[in-house]
Amino acid sequence: MNRELKRVSLVIFVMFLSLFVASTTIQIFAADSLSQDQRNVRSAYDSYKTQRGAILVDGQPIAESEKTDDVYQYLRVYKSPMYSAVTGFFSLYQGSTGIESAMGSYLTGKNSSQFFEQISALLSGNPVQGASVELTIDPVAQKAAWDALGKMKGAVVAIDPKTGNILAFVSKPGFDANLLAVHSGIQSNENYAQMLADKNGPLLNRAANELYAPGSVFKVIMATAAVESGKYTKDSEFPNPPKFQLPGTNVFVQNSGEGKCGGKATVTIADAVRFSCNVPMAQLGIALGQDAIRKQAELFGFGKKVAYPMTSTASIYPDNMDNAQVGLSSFGQYDDRTNPFQMAMVSAAIANQGVLMKPNLIENVLSSSLSVIAQPKPDIFSQPMSKATAQAVKEMMIGAVQRGVSGNARIKDVVVAGKTGTAQNGKGEPFTLWFTGFAPADNPQVAVAVVIADGGGIGQGGVGNSLAAPVARKVMEAVMRK
Amino acid sequence: MSDTSSITLPKIVRVIPRNRNIEALLLFFASGLYAFELAQVQLSVLKVLNTELLMYWVPPLVFVFAIHMILRRRASEADPMILPIAFVLNTLGLSMIYRLDLGAIANGNPEQFGSRQIVWTMVAMAVAAIVIIYVPSHLFLRRYVYVSMVIGIALLLAPSLPLIGRSINGARLWIGIGPFSFQPGELAKIALTVFFAGYLVTRRESLALTGRKILGMRIPRARELGPILVIWAASLLVLVLQRDLGTSLLYFGLFIVLVYVATGRAIYVVVGLTMFLTGALVASRLMGYVSGRVDSWLNPFEPTNYDAVGGSYQLAQGIFGLAHGNLLGTGLGGGIPHLVPLAESDFIIASLGEELGLVGMFAILILYLLFVARGMRIAFNHPDDFSKLLATGLSFVIALQTFIVIGGVTRVVPLTGLTTPLLAAGGSSLLANWIIVGVLLRISDSIGSGDNSFSNTSFAAVKK
Repeated sequence: MNRELKRVSLVIFVMFLSLFVASTTIQIFAADSLSQDQRNVRSAYDSYKTQRGAILVDGQPIAESEKTDDVYQYLRVYKSPMYSAVTGFFSLYQGSTGIESAMGSYLTGKNSSQFFEQISALLSGNPVQGASVELTIDPVAQKAAWDALGKMKGAVVAIDPKTGNILAFVSKPGFDANLLAVHSGIQSNENYAQMLADKNGPLLNRAANELYAPGSVFKVIMATAAVESGKYTKDSEFPNPPKFQLPGTNVFVQNSGEGKCGGKATVTIADAVRFSCNVPMAQLGIALGQDAIRKQAELFGFGKKVAYPMTSTASIYPDNMDNAQVGLSSFGQYDDRTNPFQMAMVSAAIANQGVLMKPNLIENVLSSSLSVIAQPKPDIFSQPMSKATAQAVKEMMIGAVQRGVSGNARIKDVVVAGKTGTAQNGKGEPFTLWFTGFAPADNPQVAVAVVIADGGGIGQGGVGNSLAAPVARKVMEAVMRK
Repeated sequence: MSDTSSITLPKIVRVIPRNRNIEALLLFFASGLYAFELAQVQLSVLKVLNTELLMYWVPPLVFVFAIHMILRRRASEADPMILPIAFVLNTLGLSMIYRLDLGAIANGNPEQFGSRQIVWTMVAMAVAAIVIIYVPSHLFLRRYVYVSMVIGIALLLAPSLPLIGRSINGARLWIGIGPFSFQPGELAKIALTVFFAGYLVTRRESLALTGRKILGMRIPRARELGPILVIWAASLLVLVLQRDLGTSLLYFGLFIVLVYVATGRAIYVVVGLTMFLTGALVASRLMGYVSGRVDSWLNPFEPTNYDAVGGSYQLAQGIFGLAHGNLLGTGLGGGIPHLVPLAESDFIIASLGEELGLVGMFAILILYLLFVARGMRIAFNHPDDFSKLLATGLSFVIALQTFIVIGGVTRVVPLTGLTTPLLAAGGSSLLANWIIVGVLLRISDSIGSGDNSFSNTSFAAVKK
């Protein structure tokens, strides 16, 4: 029997060997990737042990960790729901979003740039302190955007076109992140469930992660593509019938409003932008072809997720369209989808003489001893057009605001360039209202995009110029301190 | 020659219980270790030491030293390692359960396991002491081979009965009367080991030598395969009725190993494993819960498995916990083991792995390995065949159960509903494993005593 016993012992040894190997694999080799799994809240718990760094705007905290008496030692406190789309939340139970997530390694002091602080903390026995993150947000512009949206659901993104710094980033209605940061799991879960169930979608990031039909703001991209193609100038003319039959269909495109678009037999691209006419744009789109338009849109950032450092949702210019669909998509209907973040990038590129700077929310990262450990430099995202094209498109956008149908964005003593949009979402559905533009036109300080969802609460009663343009005006005024 | 007379004179040797002194020394170390664990738990979670520490520390100590004193008188040659190892594992489990209780209080969760576990530890140790005192020789168990079979099968099938059977987390492994629940399968493993050992020791010859030779392998006759088929069917029945692959695998594995040790014929292992795997495979195709378990095992982080009710959430969280422990662990009280469901019972190894790290994990595995190795050593050295089989069976059942449970948590095998021997919260498991400790101590004491009155000497010719 002993021969068999030896073999059985060997089998037992092999069984245990597999346990040694498996536990080593999990606890050592896979430990890092497992700790980064979104569903692993242990990292979140761990980060409660160190004082998480503050998120600052203009030197003032908009989120910070305050000492508490319970086991978690620190409670995350948020100053205003105005910043909810920026900070996101940091919750034991729901994980983290926004800056809290994107800059998490800095805020918890775990980033490799804090290596020396980690070592000194280890030696002294003191806990590592998280780094503070200072944002590029201009608090005056942020508040102006928040207030201007009022009770409407929507979003505003304002960018400094020269640097790509994000000056305002608002999504409404927004939420109170304190309700999710509470240490009671029952309360946090309950509050989260309520927010999820809320039909106003407070948790949605309408600024960069929801997608909307762009409507006429897409005409800015069309105008750029037209001039950039070299085949057209802003004064190129198209036939100007009151109705245009889409090729191969019985569908007619009409201009909005009175529908005459200047009332002459032909209309220039500049006037099509100025009066926001659909008929010439549909013809321009079919003439340019979807590939040229797609190439232009993608240079602006369509089809790409952008890390700012949160990640935006990629805007869509559809694939494989027939000519009728190209016609519709040329004035921002059909399956075109975008968000204010993307449209602010479009305006910023035009404002910055055709050079698109990478959007960025981070001014700098400060260690607990206030030394700067990271400071993003302005970075070029792409060059979607030539300087000359940028100048031409700017003039068209100035026409739209100063002499056209986007007049509610006008600011006294300042030349504003811009374009409104009123996107249809199907029969009887509320409109999506837009404005994008920049000011001052000769030396742009701010590029802005505004979206108002669900028709601003009045169904099909409002248009981009009546509801979105005034919001954009207030934000631009705030940045320029007018 | 003048010195021949001195050789023939019977020597009167004073028995020095060397084994017992080693055991005492090890138990002292183990008691210190336990005190250290409890102190760390209190300091880490409560930030102060209080007298509750003594409530956890004293009772197991009193009982284990009582067993030690009984061994000095009744079984002085018993193995010196088994008792201290069992004690270290049991008290490490107690420390972790106490630590989880304190953590649960901090989170406003009133459910407590520690005091119950203390009581069960005392009961189980007392029963082990009774085994040592009242079972004068383990060979006495051989008289009850068929009684053991009946008891074993009854215990095994009890949870499937209506009224008293209970299902917890999908596995029907419990019986319950009022507020008390018990996992009879734990005791069944002892009864069945006794039965297998007793049965096989009488059937060795026919199982080993019959059958015709084909391709150099002796194929057993159908008659000899009969009992194996019965056990195979019973294991699958357990799988179907109780919805637990682990229990089924445990008994079948135990049986196959004992058949192999008794007969020395690998063909039984090959045939047995093939039959079991085929049965399990068919079962997993036919029964959703088995295939679900297998799917969770293969892809625990897949959202469809992770979010499914009864899916891989627990397994994934357990793995997160282990990973959190890294090399050195967070220290007792420093981790967040309560995030894993059943952190005090089925997943206690994940709790320990998180707070003691890979180092602690290795220490625990080595303790089990040592325990099993001592058991196998007893089997190896014992002159009597029944004792060999019994010791092998009891050691192997601990080894296999440890493998299935810890392997389930670390994704070596699919997760099942077995308990971690001696560590996990749960009375039935503690009781059964302490009885095994008692029986192994009893067997080990008789190795050198020549107490082979029951041994079937006719088999000596068979093997040698």
